[in-house]
Amino acid sequence: MRNAFAEEITALAQTDERIVLLAGDIGNRLFDRFKEACPNRFYNCGIAEANMIGLAAGLAMAGFRPVCYTIAPFLTYRCVEQIRVDMCYHHVPVILVGTGSGLAYASLGATHHSCEEMGMLRLLPHLNVVAPADSQEVRAALRASLQDPNPTYIRIGKKGEPVVHPSVPAFTLGKAIPMRGGHGQGESDEVALLSTGVMLPTALALADWLKARDIHASVHSFHTVKPLDENTLHRAFSTARVVATLEEHSVLGGLGGSIAEWKADRPELPARLLRFGTADEFLHKTCDTEEANAHFGLTPEALGPRIQQALAASLNVT
Amino acid sequence: MECTETISELAAVSARMRGEVIMMSHRAGTPHLGSSLSVVDILVALYGAALRIDPKAPEDPLRDRAILSKGHAAMALYAVLAEHGFFGRELIDTFATHGAALAEQPSPHCAPGVELATGSLGHGLPISLGLALAAKIRGQSYRVFTVLSDGECNEGTVWEGALLAPALKLDNLVVIVDYNKWQATGRSEEVTSLSPLVEKWRAFGWHAQEVDGHDLAALTGALATVPHPSGKPLAIIAHTVKGKGVSFMEDDNNWHYRIPKASEVTAAFLELGLPAPVIPAGSGPKKAH
Repeated sequence: MRNAFAEEITALAQTDERIVLLAGDIGNRLFDRFKEACPNRFYNCGIAEANMIGLAAGLAMAGFRPVCYTIAPFLTYRCVEQIRVDMCYHHVPVILVGTGSGLAYASLGATHHSCEEMGMLRLLPHLNVVAPADSQEVRAALRASLQDPNPTYIRIGKKGEPVVHPSVPAFTLGKAIPMRGGHGQGESDEVALLSTGVMLPTALALADWLKARDIHASVHSFHTVKPLDENTLHRAFSTARVVATLEEHSVLGGLGGSIAEWKADRPELPARLLRFGTADEFLHKTCDTEEANAHFGLTPEALGPRIQQALAASLNVT
Repeated sequence: MECTETISELAAVSARMRGEVIMMSHRAGTPHLGSSLSVVDILVALYGAALRIDPKAPEDPLRDRAILSKGHAAMALYAVLAEHGFFGRELIDTFATHGAALAEQPSPHCAPGVELATGSLGHGLPISLGLALAAKIRGQSYRVFTVLSDGECNEGTVWEGALLAPALKLDNLVVIVDYNKWQATGRSEEVTSLSPLVEKWRAFGWHAQEVDGHDLAALTGALATVPHPSGKPLAIIAHTVKGKGVSFMEDDNNWHYRIPKASEVTAAFLELGLPAPVIPAGSGPKKAH
């Protein structure tokens, strides 16, 4: 995903002179082509993320479209007040791209994990919070954010994630992408799987797991955690019996958390919500990303039975 | 803005600005009077003699930017902006009242000439770096002047910005530290080991110089050469006195929060050589801070 980001921002910057790329001393050689193409619009701001975000806000106030790039936890946790005051309160369109988000850097330990940052950031007025599913969505999210008047946080993985979309999909901030079943395909789905970020392949595999057991599940790439795609939510909660969110993020505060808040205001919607994500804990175990996901039960084999149970319970209620 | 005012004219403006600030604090019951009085001469020199900005075109992309990063001294900024015609007197008269444009600390785009919502310390300098870098990228000649407090220099982001600005060769950036030797609850030198402040900025790669922050000739002189011929960003360490201009407020940190009573306003105006103030009935200290 980070290579796609570097390629895409390099291509975009050549036609959009408002783009300035700021990096927090990360991405060794990743931006060599950008620097060649736009030598006066790349700045390594050093290992000083808070200053980088203030600087970006200043550039944006002067009409530029700055994009700040560094490792997700440092870009977000360390800088919440700069994001809040400099970007959101002043309402300037700075784009933050957090790399290695979620559990992508599982092996580096919890200092490098970001499983709470969407929950923190989505509370901030004006800020878009976006978790693209693959490198194609990274490109699409970047293009869309550069046309949006609001500040945006984009959380991406590192490299080698599965590419789900054959090409850059049609993409609107705050509008989920239907992947399978669901709206417009005439299928009556018992389950709606809403996946954000790199969980999309897991969500698709989970739908396969369910289908093999005769349970129909629609799948959406719910790339924008804020603003929520309320149309898709209304449809999912009106038609399915179980709606499940999947995210490489805590079940508190992220996609599942925000949909739980949304659903609490709509008791008339019948479906049951299940939130699949990381637990409210720091991961102390030495492990890679796959093992970390397994630790939190984020595999089709672990999630499938939970959906079956929820479906069975919903039948007992009705 | 043309540099036509003489030093004695600027001094007269400073005295009036101090009167305005004292009256605003009294009328609205708002704190930070000491901090506002210490920065008055800096702002009077800046707006009266240094900034290239047309108060009638406050959004001109080529204007110089002035950032009051120590947003708690907003009363002084508002008074000086009104003095220069950025907005009318009525905004001063309604300061900090319900629904007014001008709040105790500035909100974004609250009035012409107010560049930033400040008040949370340590934000002005990083943003100023961005404004200054934008000029460099586009080859524009505007300058950015940022006023910090000495207490604000506790903030890590001040030093992050101080480290980066020389690397970016931002000779169009000026920091002015209102070095009044106090912060909210103690001597700035005792809270952190701030001195030698001028040497700190110099060591970070700035052209740093000390001035008497109440000497308008020294201030205007220091602000006259931007970009500085050294090619470095400029740091002006302005030695000031908290509560400057009123004997019973000077260097007394109680005036960080205290609100002047009517009798104190009258006494202050007398000391400042200003005509006796008309004090609205029923105004004065009542809010708890």
